[in-house]
Amino acid sequence: MASFVFKNAHIVDPVTGLDAVKDVHVIDEHIENIGENISASGAEEIDLGGAHVVPGLCDMHVHFREPGFEHKEDIRSGAASAAAGGFTAAACMPNTDPVIDTASVVSFIYDKARGLAVDVYPIAAITKGRKGEAIAPMVELREAGAVGFSDDGSPVYNTKILRTALEYGSMFNVPIIQHAEDPHLFTGGAMNESIVSTELGLPPISRLSEDAVVMRDIMFTEYVNGRYHLAHMSTSGSAEAVRGAKARGLNVTSEVAPHHFSLTDEEVRSYDTNVKMNPPLRRMEDVIAMKEALKDGTADAIATDHAPHAGFEKEVEFTYAPFGIIGLETAVGLSITELLLENWLTLPQLIEKLSTNPRRILGLPEIRIEAGAKANLSFLDIARQWTVDVNTFKSKSRNSPYNGRTLTGKALGIYNNGQLILER
Amino acid sequence: MSSLSIQHLLGLQNVPKEDITLILDSTDSFLEILDRPIKKVPTLQGKTVVNLFFENSTRTRISFELAERRLSADVVNFAAASSSVKKGETLLDTARNIEAMKVDIVVMRHSAAGAGHFLSERCTSKFINAGDGAHEHPTQALLDMCTIRQKHGTLEGLNVSIIGDIAHSRVARSNIYGLLSMGANVAVCGPPSMIPYDLEQLGVRVFSDVDAALDFSDVINVLRIQLERDAGADFPSLREYHNAFGVTRRRLDKLGREITVLHPGPINRGVEIESEVADGPYSVILPQVTNGVAIRMAVLYLIGTRAE
Ligand SMILES: [Zn+2]
Repeated sequence: MASFVFKNAHIVDPVTGLDAVKDVHVIDEHIENIGENISASGAEEIDLGGAHVVPGLCDMHVHFREPGFEHKEDIRSGAASAAAGGFTAAACMPNTDPVIDTASVVSFIYDKARGLAVDVYPIAAITKGRKGEAIAPMVELREAGAVGFSDDGSPVYNTKILRTALEYGSMFNVPIIQHAEDPHLFTGGAMNESIVSTELGLPPISRLSEDAVVMRDIMFTEYVNGRYHLAHMSTSGSAEAVRGAKARGLNVTSEVAPHHFSLTDEEVRSYDTNVKMNPPLRRMEDVIAMKEALKDGTADAIATDHAPHAGFEKEVEFTYAPFGIIGLETAVGLSITELLLENWLTLPQLIEKLSTNPRRILGLPEIRIEAGAKANLSFLDIARQWTVDVNTFKSKSRNSPYNGRTLTGKALGIYNNGQLILER
Repeated sequence: MSSLSIQHLLGLQNVPKEDITLILDSTDSFLEILDRPIKKVPTLQGKTVVNLFFENSTRTRISFELAERRLSADVVNFAAASSSVKKGETLLDTARNIEAMKVDIVVMRHSAAGAGHFLSERCTSKFINAGDGAHEHPTQALLDMCTIRQKHGTLEGLNVSIIGDIAHSRVARSNIYGLLSMGANVAVCGPPSMIPYDLEQLGVRVFSDVDAALDFSDVINVLRIQLERDAGADFPSLREYHNAFGVTRRRLDKLGREITVLHPGPINRGVEIESEVADGPYSVILPQVTNGVAIRMAVLYLIGTRAE
């Protein structure tokens, strides 16, 4: 039996509105009691010294690479990375091999994640093999436990398939998650189209590639009354489109990755392949647009798009390197440094973006920090200054552009499924 | 003679005017060597140069190789079909091999922008970029500037236009950086679909009317149009390109004044330039080729003998 009393826990729960320093007593999977000076026989006491306890964070966009690419990451190492980053849940994208496009692969993911402290939820492909040609068996996939649908890594570009997917998605109240990219404008692209791509002579990816697809998708979402979620939003143009859709009352949500609110395409001047991601790093005005979108609710969630690649895969010419960076273990630090300390978001708002909203979008149970509820908690030290060292990461991969950067705010660990993972 | 502030020649962006001037000035003495009956000096004796060509370029490779041999360097040629290097392991493996072979200078041509940066950060050799993707081709721009200077005496205040597919051209970028550093006024001309994004921010004028560009120019540098890109995404056909942007005798005659014509070669006669212009009195296309060897000798000498 696991039994812990977390002493001096600064609880912030945006759902119940609780914001107070208390003791929290957990037994196995449940919160037994919250109060002052709790002492419980047989419980291990852990003094948090005022560190924050918040509803378990949920990253709704990760790539755990299993099945198929376990040398980059597997579900176990991905979950360990999530826990170290303060996440109790992660939704994994279906660009695996085989693709998550049958019930058996959905079940495989759940089997692999069974018994872990981190809940892993599969997102299934929209089209068979993520080829964009024929719709996947969405009813079967939903019944098997898919929490959303996406061809992430590739767009759903065919408009007939987009329409069908939105219509099917509306039956189950799960989102159609779009990787917005116009393939004709994207071909061969390596970085954002800007004065930097012009100077470096790298093949450019224009903002139009994202904006055009988002605007089109919103039109379809409105027409069929569907449920649409924009993955890794990165441009001021698509933020404006989502803002307009929300103002018209459409069921449209969006997420922003920490790298898109913390880095610009100026970073590419180094030719460091750890700044090559898709969508690419954009201009400063897009970075500010992402912060504004988070502030005014246009962006509902912060999601890392955690995309592990082995060192040898990234240690190549920029043009030939795969897209993507890991993000689980730096997300909290970047969010606190860039959003909380710069007063774009309050702490409860930040928790909403990292926990409440992604869970709501994926239809996962709401977390409340109160007696009797499931103990699903993240521990954060929002004042801790630390220097990112990729060699300490739990992820199998090291492809982070933040190595060596000093951040304020750090995840200390999690409590979930009766398991404590805590940096002490 | 003073020495370069740069350790490698990866491009001309951010290369100080003093370095470019030093290379151009040194070239004169190497040109003089090329006119001797015995065209060889012992300057780089005992040094080993590797020509690492991941992309075919007979002209550039021969020009470098001649320059290396005339400086008495030991020369190794390495050519790889670009298809076999799409896997990045090859480039890193190559870097490790270069390291192990203790070479002094690497001259590299590669299809990926930044490939020279990539290797120079992982090796101890000196690097000379012989063209990396659509990024830079610094020795070509230096030989262009050398040729213009021979003709006009200076680069300062000259109006120079680069005409053609600017977006995909490493020659254009190196010329823009170098010419601007040397005080020239630079313009580009081509269909807007072939002008890279926000190029004006570099301080160049952009023309889509070739007659207006000619009107502006003392010197034009006409870029080769990639024949394989005919009717591709950026322009409808070679014929239409020639009619709209081709440098023709008729267009030059209209100006009623002399204009210096450069072309980095190989020429597509009747596409970007008419034969009458390419072979005409204002063309300096053949002197460019001669200057290419001398410029590369100067660069090899200055990079290869630079004290750490
Ligand atoms: Zn993704």
